[in-house]
Amino acid sequence: MSYLGILITFVFINNFILTQFLGLCPFIGVSKNVESAVGMGFAVIFVMALASLATWAIQNLILVPLGITFLQTITFILVIAALVQLVEMIIQKISPPLYKALGIYLPLITTNCAVLGIALIAVRSNYNALESFVAGFSAGLGFLLAILLMSTLRERLDLEWIPKPLKGVPIAFITGGLMALAFMAFDKALLKNLIG
Amino acid sequence: MRIMQEFTKGLFKENPIFIILLGLCPTLAVSTQVVNALGMGAGVIFVLLGSNIFVALLKNFIPEKIRIPSYIVIIASFVTIVEMVMQAYIPDLYKNLGIFVPLIVVNCVILGRAEAFAKNNSVGHAILDALGMGIGFTLALSLIALIRESLGAGTITLFPIGDFSGTLRIPVLSKAPARVIGLASGALLVMGYLKGLFNWVGARRKEAVK
Repeated sequence: MSYLGILITFVFINNFILTQFLGLCPFIGVSKNVESAVGMGFAVIFVMALASLATWAIQNLILVPLGITFLQTITFILVIAALVQLVEMIIQKISPPLYKALGIYLPLITTNCAVLGIALIAVRSNYNALESFVAGFSAGLGFLLAILLMSTLRERLDLEWIPKPLKGVPIAFITGGLMALAFMAFDKALLKNLIG
Repeated sequence: MRIMQEFTKGLFKENPIFIILLGLCPTLAVSTQVVNALGMGAGVIFVLLGSNIFVALLKNFIPEKIRIPSYIVIIASFVTIVEMVMQAYIPDLYKNLGIFVPLIVVNCVILGRAEAFAKNNSVGHAILDALGMGIGFTLALSLIALIRESLGAGTITLFPIGDFSGTLRIPVLSKAPARVIGLASGALLVMGYLKGLFNWVGARRKEAVK
């Protein structure tokens, strides 16, 4: 599949949050205002792109040649946890302003199932190194898109009258459901029409 | 008294899905069929039990600073066991659940219980806590799956036993199901309204106590 195809697939057609349910916890938890949603979104893009590249290397250079692919789950989650820690330290050193913006979101990302999810999906789709990287990046982009839309909607919802039991989390889920309904317009046919 | 409480708190009062909102991703993704929900629930109960027991046993040996990575390794080992057993004995279910089996690792319910409960309590209490939370998770998951499958496909899929094929058909609904409930958006809508219902019941109870 071409790189553009992968990009469109992971941003729109298989949007991680709205069609695959990966990364729902931050989607509901961190979408209360736009600023933190954007911070979380960029941190996720960063980590997902790096993580899918790193896990590709682990899978194809270590696990497969040694015939120990059954250790996949354990190694992947450890690599992701270590990577997140490393990224946190590097950002802190090189760019304090960026660290200030993303810092508090990075530890949360380790247990974001979207990161392990993209690593597993990339391996199961037999992507090469660059394709894995693009897949990770675009899945992160899709996450940013969804969480950004959600946070702007929720900021407006704060001003509206909502039945008391539905306030907060329930209305966020219902809003997400309606967004998912809209995202159903993007399907495989769109990809075919766009890039043949 | 306290022993019973450790078990029952996970069922309703601190239900992981509806009250504390943990472990949402697998919940919504695998709740398309009741049988998937039960399989996922069984996997989570096993991993939760294993990780709670080990964390409670090792609580005095794990250094404070690296406790989270240690918990993750313990959890990942049990998830690998589940993965292998499922792949060997129930390959159909394994295929249905897809990447959500390895993703049990990042199910926040499990890490959450290790961090919030098992590391401060004895093995016995940790076992009860794991069973309660695991069963609470499974019940909530099955409830969502039951609603989604019966409205979205008009069927209820369970295990095939003897002559029974494993699928119940609901007479009127299976002819004209509301397909959208079975799709992604339906999952989010069902979850939203259920959570609203739980909030409403909770608020009414509080008022009744007053």
